[in-house]
Amino acid sequence: MNGSKSGFRRGIVSNYPVLVTAPVSAMTDNQIAPLNYFLHSYGPASMPTMYLGWVFVALLVAIFVIISLLLIWAVLRKRSAEDPRSVGREDQGMQWIYIGTGISTCILFALVIYTLITLNAISKPTQAPALTLTVTGYDWWWKVEYENDDPSRRFVTANEIHIPIRQPVLIKLKSADVIHAFWVPVLAGKTQMIPGLTNQQWIEADVEGVYLGQCTQYCGVQHAHMGFEVVAQSEDEFKIWQDGQRRTAATVFAVDVNAGRKIFLDRCAGCHTIRGTEAAGAHAPDLTHLKSRRLIAGGLVTNTPDHLVKWITHAQELKPGARMPSMVLTEAEISALSAFLSTLN
Amino acid sequence: MTDVDVAQNMSDPAGSSGLKPSPEGEGWVRGNQNKEESLFNPPHPNLLPEGEGAYAVSSTSPNPALTRIPEVGSAPIGSAEEKHLAELWESAPGWRGWLSTIDHKTIGMRYLVTAFIFLLMGGAEALIMRLQLARPDQTLLTPEQYNQLFTMHGITMIFLYSLPVLSGFSNYLWPLMLGSRDMAFPRLNAFSYWVFLFAGIFLYTSFPLGEAPNAGWFNYVPFAGPEYNTGPNIDVYALGMVLLGISTTVGAINFIVTLFRMRAPGMSIGRVPILIWGTLTAAVANVFAVPSVSLAFFLLWLDRQTDTHFFDMLNGGKPLLWQHLFWMFGHPWVYVVVLPAMGIVSDALPTFCRRPLVGYSAVALSTMATMLLGFGVWIHHMFATGLPPLALSFFGATSMVISIPSAVAVFAWIATIWLGRPVFNTPFLFFAGFVILFMIGGFSGVMVAAVPLDLQLNETYFIVAHLHYVLLGINVFPVVGGIYYWFPKFFGRMMDETLGKWSFWVMFIGFNLGFFPMHVLGLLGMPRRIYTYAPHMGWSTVNMVTSIGAFIFAAGILIFIVNILVSLKRGALASSNPWDAPTLEWAVQSPPPVYNFAVIPFIASRHPLWEDRLDENAGRSSLDQGYLLMEGRETIGTTPLDAIPDVILKMPEDSYTPFFLGLFGALVFVGLLLHSREFTVLMALACSLSLMVWLWPRKALVQRVPDIKYNKGVAHG
Repeated sequence: MNGSKSGFRRGIVSNYPVLVTAPVSAMTDNQIAPLNYFLHSYGPASMPTMYLGWVFVALLVAIFVIISLLLIWAVLRKRSAEDPRSVGREDQGMQWIYIGTGISTCILFALVIYTLITLNAISKPTQAPALTLTVTGYDWWWKVEYENDDPSRRFVTANEIHIPIRQPVLIKLKSADVIHAFWVPVLAGKTQMIPGLTNQQWIEADVEGVYLGQCTQYCGVQHAHMGFEVVAQSEDEFKIWQDGQRRTAATVFAVDVNAGRKIFLDRCAGCHTIRGTEAAGAHAPDLTHLKSRRLIAGGLVTNTPDHLVKWITHAQELKPGARMPSMVLTEAEISALSAFLSTLN
Repeated sequence: MTDVDVAQNMSDPAGSSGLKPSPEGEGWVRGNQNKEESLFNPPHPNLLPEGEGAYAVSSTSPNPALTRIPEVGSAPIGSAEEKHLAELWESAPGWRGWLSTIDHKTIGMRYLVTAFIFLLMGGAEALIMRLQLARPDQTLLTPEQYNQLFTMHGITMIFLYSLPVLSGFSNYLWPLMLGSRDMAFPRLNAFSYWVFLFAGIFLYTSFPLGEAPNAGWFNYVPFAGPEYNTGPNIDVYALGMVLLGISTTVGAINFIVTLFRMRAPGMSIGRVPILIWGTLTAAVANVFAVPSVSLAFFLLWLDRQTDTHFFDMLNGGKPLLWQHLFWMFGHPWVYVVVLPAMGIVSDALPTFCRRPLVGYSAVALSTMATMLLGFGVWIHHMFATGLPPLALSFFGATSMVISIPSAVAVFAWIATIWLGRPVFNTPFLFFAGFVILFMIGGFSGVMVAAVPLDLQLNETYFIVAHLHYVLLGINVFPVVGGIYYWFPKFFGRMMDETLGKWSFWVMFIGFNLGFFPMHVLGLLGMPRRIYTYAPHMGWSTVNMVTSIGAFIFAAGILIFIVNILVSLKRGALASSNPWDAPTLEWAVQSPPPVYNFAVIPFIASRHPLWEDRLDENAGRSSLDQGYLLMEGRETIGTTPLDAIPDVILKMPEDSYTPFFLGLFGALVFVGLLLHSREFTVLMALACSLSLMVWLWPRKALVQRVPDIKYNKGVAHG
């Protein structure tokens, strides 16, 4: 099971032990538990919340320990010998309630104030967003549109968001079907994507890296496998990536992939788009630069040729209930299609 | 609804003339100037507020034949009076009595047993899910099976277990605690149970077909709408919830009227046990909250079946409307299912501490304050829906403030233990353990109330941990403790102490092992409702621990069930008050006689059975001498606040109509589910017919002149 060790994505379900994950160099720095926002947060949209969490946990654990000790002491403390039938007076003990509730109330008000200050800090960025993009939730993948005033400079990709570091990025959130929630925990809290509404969220990464995102609103049978990644890059790397994504696919394909191109147009173009070709389906991820992506299948597996073939031919085994059908193709068709897809870089 | 209406023929129809002091200042009479007279003296001079020495029950009814003075006396076990009373209240033997009984004790026990069966079903579903999640990449369940399981688990635990089990306690205990012979509307009570049972069965009908509800218990649209959920799954859920709402609503109304009208004379509003406050608060909340969810589900059903567009975005509907309607109900409901359970602890814990609860008034007020605030915090389930920060601030702050009333209760319990002399019986362990779990659930609640934190914690396993600490910790532990506590009253036998202590420790350890690590899972970013996860996510070990804990907890429940079964047969016989408890239910035999109280007692304090020992100048209640009331099924009705008797309530006989109305009502919903117009109309007609039989005026419920046989030797001479 090379897949689960070398790559940080899951290596397919266990009935595909032969698959090999090609590790992508940028992934190796990713730690175990990539969604652990409580100990690792990056950027001004999430770090105030992380500190708030530490204060809450420390304070509440301390209070819990104190009150629990009081309770245990109350249970176990020695009592003077009394008439066993005596039941005491009803009106005693009110000072417990006055003092206990009084202290609790003071602490609580302090926490409320700290919470409101934090909420204010994370609700909007300190400078105007450098970049605006629209993320639309689909069952069970993410469409990512990079906006630009010049329509020719807009482009669409899927399941992978690239952002420049140390710049706030505004993300408009929409849904194409049911309610999803956009969550990159180490960068920001979650926001629901509700059909008919456009919600907003901002993120800002102050360190380069690959940050995992996950849908956190139960959205149906494959809610578990609706992941994506945010790749935070230096300004220059981001520009290079952006320019690459703006290009349409090569209009003239090499002769040896023409067969695969034809298969794609016959079998896949109803749902998928490849900009620069006649394939213009709108129901599934834009595949213009498929080869450049790190993950496929809504973040389920890494983007290796083997995984891609498995995904095309056994989608319903990898991700039961997904909208992608398991395509029935001959060996020849598979290799032709693979050859074609491998040119989409 | 007619039980009291018909019976109140002695009271002022206009309701305007309350009781007031007679001119001589020694009696309470109705405000009919022509007939003012002090009619009889209760047996104790210091019975009621400030030396009013006498009650009168009279009437402004134009028909003098309907005026009657209730006799006071005693009816010891075995006396002719007592035997007559037992005959009056006994249900018919065999299946006829089984279907027609309206005895609150039978109904309460049915609620308890049914709810407990649902608890076991929901628990089995949870265990299967824990097997699936114990290790990464498990394929024990398909995604769709997993989704149906967690949905049914939620529906079962939240709707079919947690409130019904508390209704069971309250149904059984209220009249006994209040000194009455039944609930205000006994037939409505039976109806409420039958509808609950049928709704539960209804909600489970599609489960064996693999078509169970699958959109989570909060069932967000548009996923639950007609476009994305085409099977019968959601229709079953929607119709079942509307049906269940009927049961909850009539049950709530019954509790409210019972509290305000059915207390024993002298049990003023400040003398009722805290369980009563908890259930009353929950019942009032239900009356306001349930319509919201019934409406939501009804609108959803219309959207799915009749082409309306309440939630359909493409045609101007609003998916967010569902979330508002659902959580306007959903959050108050959380308090509905914990406040009565907190009441159980507030009442039973003092018994094992050998002293009264510290801060009775503070705890009663905090119960109501919690509920009141609870109606203003529903947005904290919706922090991530994109509402403006200002709105989030208000709802977040309110959600944090709501923990102040909880602090009052916690310190009241600890002070009670501190000042008392604890007796370490099994119920005490459950109640003391509950205080710990209550704190953990409360503290994690404060964390999720903080908006920025909630934007991270929401929809992760942290929420799963929090809600299980709340629902299991604050509901299941008091309920199990409550069963240990009241078992001797229910069945006349003690539960086994050794098994009891085992069950507590196994449950307590298993629970914390199973659910505390879920907080960690949430902080590690594990979302709720995922059917599997990958090994590199860092959740594998914690999930394994959680699954092991869940099975240990289940083993604790199993020990508890074994204890019940063994103790039913072989438990030591229980006296009427084996725990030396202070409240009224312990004044009657164990198990209670069918009529509850041979005479309706007169109550002079909060702790009628501790009056001789409290170091204060409490009045003395009269438990052996009281109203006899045995011309047919009768009990006394009293004024809402001071509990001054003002009407003899004629209680209905056993009746089949609640069963049939419930059955036909449920069948109406079956007809709707099956899209069978003819069947639905037929069943609606059957409902109307049952209602007519139910409401048909009956001579037996009309007050008459007392029989001379029971009219001799009473105080008014």
